Amino acid sequence: MSELFKPEPSRITTYKLLFAALIALTLVLISRPTLAQGPTPTDDEVNRIAKQMYCPVCENTPLDVCPTEACRQWRDLIRTMLAEGKSEEEIKQYFVAQYGIRVLAEPPNRLTTYLIPTIAILLGALLLLRGFQMWMKPSVTQGTAVETEARPGQDPYIARLEEELKKQK
Amino acid sequence: MTETSIPAPRRGVPLWVQIIIWVILVGFLVVIAFQLRRAQQGSVQPGHVIDNFTLPLFSGYQVDGKSEIQIADLRGKVVVINFWASWCKPCEQEAAELQQAWKEYEPTGQVVFLGVDYVDTEPEARVYLKKFGITYPNGPDLATRISQYFRIKGVPETYFINQDGVLQYVQVGPFSSIEQIRAQIEPLLK
Repeated sequence: MSELFKPEPSRITTYKLLFAALIALTLVLISRPTLAQGPTPTDDEVNRIAKQMYCPVCENTPLDVCPTEACRQWRDLIRTMLAEGKSEEEIKQYFVAQYGIRVLAEPPNRLTTYLIPTIAILLGALLLLRGFQMWMKPSVTQGTAVETEARPGQDPYIARLEEELKKQK
Repeated sequence: MTETSIPAPRRGVPLWVQIIIWVILVGFLVVIAFQLRRAQQGSVQPGHVIDNFTLPLFSGYQVDGKSEIQIADLRGKVVVINFWASWCKPCEQEAAELQQAWKEYEPTGQVVFLGVDYVDTEPEARVYLKKFGITYPNGPDLATRISQYFRIKGVPETYFINQDGVLQYVQVGPFSSIEQIRAQIEPLLK
Protein backbone atom coordinates (compact mmCIF):
# COMPACT_ATOMS: atom_id res chain seq x y z
CA MET A 1 0.00 0.00 0.00
CA SER A 2 2.68 2.39 0.96
CA GLU A 3 4.13 2.15 -2.50
CA LEU A 4 1.01 3.92 -3.81
CA PHE A 5 2.03 7.12 -2.02
CA LYS A 6 5.52 7.15 -3.27
CA PRO A 7 5.88 9.97 -5.74
CA GLU A 8 7.39 9.07 -9.03
CA PRO A 9 11.05 10.03 -9.54
CA SER A 10 10.19 12.25 -12.48
CA ARG A 11 7.65 14.18 -10.39
CA ILE A 12 10.25 14.72 -7.66
CA THR A 13 12.58 16.27 -10.23
CA THR A 14 9.79 18.50 -11.51
CA TYR A 15 8.94 19.71 -8.00
CA LYS A 16 12.59 20.36 -7.30
CA LEU A 17 12.97 22.32 -10.50
CA LEU A 18 9.87 24.37 -9.79
CA PHE A 19 11.02 25.04 -6.26
CA ALA A 20 14.49 26.09 -7.45
CA ALA A 21 12.96 28.36 -10.11
CA LEU A 22 10.73 29.97 -7.48
CA ILE A 23 13.70 30.63 -5.20
CA ALA A 24 15.73 31.98 -8.09
CA LEU A 25 12.89 34.30 -9.10
CA THR A 26 12.51 35.53 -5.54
CA LEU A 27 16.23 36.21 -5.30
CA VAL A 28 16.23 38.10 -8.58
CA LEU A 29 13.29 40.24 -7.47
CA ILE A 30 14.91 40.95 -4.10
CA SER A 31 18.26 41.87 -5.60
CA ARG A 32 16.81 43.85 -8.49
CA PRO A 33 17.28 47.31 -7.00
CA THR A 34 21.05 46.74 -6.62
CA LEU A 35 21.49 45.25 -10.06
CA ALA A 36 19.52 47.81 -11.90
CA GLN A 37 21.31 50.71 -13.47
CA GLY A 38 20.03 54.06 -12.34
CA PRO A 39 19.11 56.85 -14.72
CA THR A 40 22.01 58.31 -16.65
CA PRO A 41 23.69 60.90 -14.43
CA THR A 42 23.61 64.46 -15.69
CA ASP A 43 26.70 66.47 -16.63
CA ASP A 44 26.24 68.52 -13.48
CA GLU A 45 26.32 65.42 -11.32
CA VAL A 46 29.45 64.20 -13.06
CA ASN A 47 31.15 67.59 -12.90
CA ARG A 48 30.35 67.99 -9.22
CA ILE A 49 32.78 65.12 -8.60
CA ALA A 50 35.08 65.87 -11.54
CA LYS A 51 35.89 69.36 -10.33
CA GLN A 52 37.35 67.85 -7.17
CA MET A 53 39.95 66.00 -9.21
CA TYR A 54 42.93 66.67 -11.44
CA CYS A 55 44.23 64.30 -14.09
CA PRO A 56 48.03 63.78 -13.71
CA VAL A 57 48.43 64.23 -17.46
CA CYS A 58 46.89 67.70 -17.50
CA GLU A 59 48.30 69.36 -14.44
CA ASN A 60 46.58 72.49 -13.16
CA THR A 61 43.40 71.83 -15.13
CA PRO A 62 40.46 70.54 -13.10
CA LEU A 63 38.90 67.43 -14.53
CA ASP A 64 35.50 69.04 -15.13
CA VAL A 65 36.90 71.54 -17.64
CA CYS A 66 39.86 69.61 -19.03
CA PRO A 67 39.43 69.14 -22.78
CA THR A 68 41.77 66.18 -23.35
CA GLU A 69 40.71 62.70 -24.35
CA ALA A 70 42.12 61.23 -21.13
CA CYS A 71 39.94 63.53 -19.04
CA ARG A 72 36.90 62.83 -21.16
CA GLN A 73 37.42 59.12 -20.45
CA TRP A 74 37.70 59.85 -16.74
CA ARG A 75 34.44 61.80 -16.79
CA ASP A 76 32.77 58.92 -18.63
CA LEU A 77 34.03 56.57 -15.97
CA ILE A 78 32.58 58.79 -13.24
CA ARG A 79 29.27 58.79 -15.09
CA THR A 80 29.34 54.99 -15.34
CA MET A 81 30.15 54.59 -11.67
CA LEU A 82 27.39 57.02 -10.67
CA ALA A 83 24.95 55.05 -12.80
CA GLU A 84 26.07 51.91 -10.99
CA GLY A 85 25.05 53.56 -7.75
CA LYS A 86 28.54 54.33 -6.44
CA SER A 87 28.76 57.19 -3.96
CA GLU A 88 30.98 60.22 -4.39
CA GLU A 89 33.37 58.90 -1.76
CA GLU A 90 33.58 55.49 -3.39
CA ILE A 91 34.36 57.07 -6.75
CA LYS A 92 37.09 59.25 -5.29
CA GLN A 93 38.58 56.28 -3.47
CA TYR A 94 38.65 54.31 -6.72
CA PHE A 95 40.45 57.11 -8.53
CA VAL A 96 42.97 57.48 -5.71
CA ALA A 97 43.65 53.74 -5.78
CA GLN A 98 44.07 53.77 -9.56
CA TYR A 99 45.96 57.00 -10.12
CA GLY A 100 47.37 58.08 -6.78
CA ILE A 101 46.44 60.65 -4.19
CA ARG A 102 47.58 63.53 -6.39
CA VAL A 103 44.35 63.30 -8.39
CA LEU A 104 42.50 64.92 -5.51
CA ALA A 105 42.18 68.69 -5.61
CA GLU A 106 42.22 68.76 -1.82
CA PRO A 107 44.15 66.35 0.36
CA PRO A 108 42.04 63.87 2.28
CA ASN A 109 40.72 65.18 5.55
CA ARG A 110 43.16 63.39 7.79
CA LEU A 111 44.34 64.66 11.13
CA THR A 112 47.99 64.73 10.05
CA THR A 113 47.21 66.67 6.85
CA TYR A 114 46.32 69.80 8.78
CA LEU A 115 47.78 69.14 12.21
CA ILE A 116 51.47 68.85 11.25
CA PRO A 117 51.61 72.07 9.16
CA THR A 118 49.66 73.94 11.86
CA ILE A 119 52.02 72.78 14.59
CA ALA A 120 55.04 73.59 12.40
CA ILE A 121 53.75 77.10 11.67
CA LEU A 122 52.91 77.77 15.32
CA LEU A 123 56.30 76.53 16.47
CA GLY A 124 58.03 78.63 13.83
CA ALA A 125 56.05 81.74 14.80
CA LEU A 126 56.81 81.15 18.47
CA LEU A 127 60.48 80.69 17.72
CA LEU A 128 60.64 83.86 15.66
CA LEU A 129 58.69 85.84 18.23
CA ARG A 130 61.01 84.75 21.00
CA GLY A 131 64.02 85.43 18.83
CA PHE A 132 62.86 88.96 17.99
CA GLN A 133 61.95 89.69 21.59
CA MET A 134 65.42 88.75 22.75
CA TRP A 135 66.98 90.58 19.87
CA MET A 136 65.15 93.83 20.53
CA LYS A 137 65.45 93.77 24.29
CA PRO A 138 68.31 96.08 25.31
CA SER A 139 70.53 94.78 28.02
CA VAL A 140 72.97 96.76 30.06
CA THR A 141 76.47 95.52 29.75
CA GLN A 142 78.65 95.83 32.71
CA GLY A 143 81.74 97.97 32.37
CA THR A 144 81.10 99.33 28.95
CA ALA A 145 81.21 102.93 29.74
CA VAL A 146 82.18 104.82 26.73
CA GLU A 147 84.34 107.75 26.88
CA THR A 148 84.20 110.00 23.98
CA GLU A 149 86.21 113.07 23.72
CA ALA A 150 84.92 115.69 21.38
CA ARG A 151 87.34 117.77 19.46
CA PRO A 152 87.25 121.43 20.27
CA GLY A 153 84.24 122.99 18.65
CA GLN A 154 82.69 119.61 17.72
CA ASP A 155 79.18 118.80 18.66
CA PRO A 156 79.29 116.10 21.34
CA TYR A 157 76.51 114.19 19.63
CA ILE A 158 78.45 114.09 16.38
CA ALA A 159 81.44 112.87 18.31
CA ARG A 160 79.40 110.09 19.84
CA LEU A 161 77.92 109.15 16.52
CA GLU A 162 81.37 108.83 15.00
CA GLU A 163 82.45 106.67 17.89
CA GLU A 164 79.46 104.39 17.41
CA LEU A 165 80.16 104.13 13.71
CA LYS A 166 83.75 103.17 14.42
CA LYS A 167 82.51 100.40 16.66
CA GLN A 168 80.19 99.14 13.99
CA LYS A 169 83.16 98.81 11.62
CA MET B 1 84.83 117.59 26.68
CA THR B 2 83.97 114.23 27.99
CA GLU B 3 80.80 112.19 27.86
CA THR B 4 80.66 109.12 29.94
CA SER B 5 78.73 106.05 30.96
CA ILE B 6 76.13 105.66 28.27
CA PRO B 7 75.02 102.07 28.42
CA ALA B 8 75.43 100.48 25.01
CA PRO B 9 72.60 98.18 24.10
CA ARG B 10 73.71 94.66 23.38
CA ARG B 11 71.90 93.08 20.50
CA GLY B 12 71.98 89.39 20.10
CA VAL B 13 69.92 86.31 19.48
CA PRO B 14 70.83 83.36 21.67
CA LEU B 15 73.05 80.84 19.98
CA TRP B 16 70.52 78.03 20.20
CA VAL B 17 67.88 80.14 18.45
CA GLN B 18 70.34 81.03 15.70
CA ILE B 19 71.28 77.39 15.22
CA ILE B 20 67.65 76.28 15.02
CA ILE B 21 66.74 79.03 12.55
CA TRP B 22 69.70 78.20 10.33
CA VAL B 23 69.02 74.48 10.47
CA ILE B 24 65.40 75.07 9.43
CA LEU B 25 66.44 77.41 6.63
CA VAL B 26 69.13 75.10 5.30
CA GLY B 27 66.78 72.12 5.53
CA PHE B 28 64.14 74.02 3.61
CA LEU B 29 66.63 74.94 0.88
CA VAL B 30 67.87 71.34 0.65
CA VAL B 31 64.31 70.09 0.15
CA ILE B 32 63.69 72.68 -2.60
CA ALA B 33 67.00 71.86 -4.28
CA PHE B 34 66.27 68.14 -4.14
CA GLN B 35 62.83 68.60 -5.69
CA LEU B 36 64.17 70.91 -8.41
CA ARG B 37 66.94 68.47 -9.24
CA ARG B 38 64.48 65.62 -9.43
CA ALA B 39 62.17 67.64 -11.67
CA GLN B 40 65.00 68.43 -14.07
CA GLN B 41 66.49 64.94 -14.12
CA GLY B 42 64.30 63.54 -16.86
CA SER B 43 63.81 59.83 -17.33
CA VAL B 44 65.86 57.17 -15.58
CA GLN B 45 69.09 56.97 -17.53
CA PRO B 46 70.80 53.92 -19.06
CA GLY B 47 73.14 52.23 -16.61
CA HIS B 48 70.62 52.49 -13.80
CA VAL B 49 69.82 49.19 -12.07
CA ILE B 50 66.06 48.85 -12.06
CA ASP B 51 64.61 48.12 -8.63
CA ASN B 52 61.91 45.56 -8.14
CA PHE B 53 58.31 46.56 -8.69
CA THR B 54 55.02 44.78 -9.11
CA LEU B 55 52.83 45.05 -12.17
CA PRO B 56 49.30 43.71 -11.64
CA LEU B 57 47.98 42.36 -14.91
CA PHE B 58 44.64 42.96 -16.56
CA SER B 59 42.39 39.93 -16.29
CA GLY B 60 43.05 37.62 -19.18
CA TYR B 61 46.79 38.16 -18.99
CA GLN B 62 49.05 35.85 -17.03
CA VAL B 63 52.72 35.04 -16.72
CA ASP B 64 53.57 31.57 -15.48
CA GLY B 65 50.05 31.31 -14.14
CA LYS B 66 50.40 34.46 -12.06
CA SER B 67 48.20 37.52 -12.37
CA GLU B 68 50.96 39.91 -11.40
CA ILE B 69 54.61 40.27 -12.28
CA GLN B 70 57.56 40.99 -10.04
CA ILE B 71 60.20 42.58 -12.24
CA ALA B 72 62.94 40.95 -10.12
CA ASP B 73 61.63 37.53 -11.21
CA LEU B 74 62.53 38.39 -14.79
CA ARG B 75 66.28 38.63 -14.16
CA GLY B 76 68.11 36.59 -16.77
CA LYS B 77 65.81 37.83 -19.51
CA VAL B 78 65.73 40.96 -21.60
CA VAL B 79 62.76 43.03 -20.48
CA VAL B 80 61.03 45.58 -22.69
CA ILE B 81 58.70 47.88 -20.77
CA ASN B 82 56.35 49.96 -22.87
CA PHE B 83 54.31 52.77 -21.30
CA TRP B 84 51.12 53.49 -23.22
CA ALA B 85 47.55 54.72 -22.87
CA SER B 86 44.39 54.29 -24.87
CA TRP B 87 44.00 58.07 -25.24
CA CYS B 88 47.50 58.36 -26.68
CA LYS B 89 47.44 58.59 -30.47
CA PRO B 90 51.21 58.14 -30.98
CA CYS B 91 50.94 54.89 -28.99
CA GLU B 92 48.72 53.53 -31.74
CA GLN B 93 51.50 54.10 -34.28
CA GLU B 94 53.76 51.57 -32.58
CA ALA B 95 51.22 49.12 -31.15
CA ALA B 96 51.33 46.77 -34.14
CA GLU B 97 55.15 46.83 -34.29
CA LEU B 98 55.47 46.00 -30.61
CA GLN B 99 53.05 43.09 -30.94
CA GLN B 100 54.89 41.85 -34.03
CA ALA B 101 58.21 42.04 -32.20
CA TRP B 102 56.73 40.17 -29.24
CA LYS B 103 55.54 37.38 -31.53
CA GLU B 104 59.09 37.13 -32.88
CA TYR B 105 60.84 36.97 -29.54
CA GLU B 106 58.26 35.14 -27.43
CA PRO B 107 59.29 31.65 -28.65
CA THR B 108 62.93 32.27 -27.67
CA GLY B 109 61.96 32.65 -24.02
CA GLN B 110 64.77 35.17 -23.63
CA VAL B 111 62.75 38.34 -24.00
CA VAL B 112 59.70 39.56 -22.07
CA PHE B 113 57.53 42.44 -23.19
CA LEU B 114 55.46 44.29 -20.60
CA GLY B 115 52.82 46.89 -21.29
CA VAL B 116 52.21 49.46 -18.55
CA ASP B 117 48.95 51.32 -19.01
CA TYR B 118 49.46 54.89 -17.82
CA VAL B 119 46.63 57.00 -16.36
CA ASP B 120 43.96 55.19 -18.28
CA THR B 121 40.49 53.81 -17.76
CA GLU B 122 40.16 50.07 -17.92
CA PRO B 123 37.25 49.80 -20.39
CA GLU B 124 39.08 51.95 -22.96
CA ALA B 125 42.34 50.13 -22.26
CA ARG B 126 40.69 46.81 -23.01
CA VAL B 127 39.26 48.16 -26.26
CA TYR B 128 42.76 49.31 -27.24
CA LEU B 129 44.36 45.95 -26.40
CA LYS B 130 41.71 44.11 -28.35
CA LYS B 131 41.90 46.48 -31.29
CA PHE B 132 45.63 45.87 -31.72
CA GLY B 133 45.53 42.22 -30.68
CA ILE B 134 48.15 42.73 -28.00
CA THR B 135 49.01 39.47 -26.29
CA TYR B 136 52.06 40.36 -24.19
CA PRO B 137 51.37 40.95 -20.49
CA ASN B 138 49.71 44.25 -19.78
CA GLY B 139 48.56 45.92 -16.62
CA PRO B 140 47.61 49.25 -15.11
CA ASP B 141 50.14 51.57 -13.52
CA LEU B 142 48.35 51.65 -10.18
CA ALA B 143 48.71 55.00 -8.41
CA THR B 144 51.26 55.86 -11.15
CA ARG B 145 53.99 54.27 -9.02
CA ILE B 146 55.85 52.65 -11.92
CA SER B 147 55.79 55.72 -14.16
CA GLN B 148 56.96 57.85 -11.25
CA TYR B 149 59.82 55.45 -10.64
CA PHE B 150 60.90 55.69 -14.28
CA ARG B 151 60.11 59.42 -14.26
CA ILE B 152 58.44 59.18 -17.65
CA LYS B 153 57.71 62.44 -19.41
CA GLY B 154 54.80 61.12 -21.42
CA VAL B 155 53.60 58.19 -23.46
CA PRO B 156 54.72 56.25 -25.35
CA GLU B 157 58.07 55.54 -23.76
CA THR B 158 59.87 52.21 -23.91
CA TYR B 159 62.63 50.94 -21.64
CA PHE B 160 65.03 48.13 -22.55
CA ILE B 161 66.51 46.30 -19.58
CA ASN B 162 69.22 43.66 -19.89
CA GLN B 163 69.47 40.27 -18.18
CA ASP B 164 71.15 41.82 -15.14
CA GLY B 165 68.35 44.29 -14.59
CA VAL B 166 70.34 47.25 -15.91
CA LEU B 167 68.57 49.79 -18.08
CA GLN B 168 70.20 49.90 -21.52
CA TYR B 169 68.11 52.19 -23.67
CA VAL B 170 65.14 54.52 -23.48
CA GLN B 171 62.92 55.16 -26.47
CA VAL B 172 60.96 58.38 -26.06
CA GLY B 173 58.08 58.53 -28.50
CA PRO B 174 56.80 55.82 -30.80
CA PHE B 175 58.83 53.33 -32.81
CA SER B 176 58.45 53.84 -36.51
CA SER B 177 59.40 50.30 -37.50
CA ILE B 178 60.03 46.86 -36.07
CA GLU B 179 63.70 47.19 -37.07
CA GLN B 180 64.06 49.91 -34.47
CA ILE B 181 62.87 47.49 -31.80
CA ARG B 182 65.10 44.67 -33.06
CA ALA B 183 68.08 47.03 -33.11
CA GLN B 184 67.75 47.47 -29.34
CA ILE B 185 67.03 43.86 -28.44
CA GLU B 186 69.54 41.99 -30.60
CA PRO B 187 72.71 43.42 -28.99
CA LEU B 188 71.35 42.46 -25.58
CA LEU B 189 70.90 38.83 -26.61
CA LYS B 190 74.52 38.40 -27.73
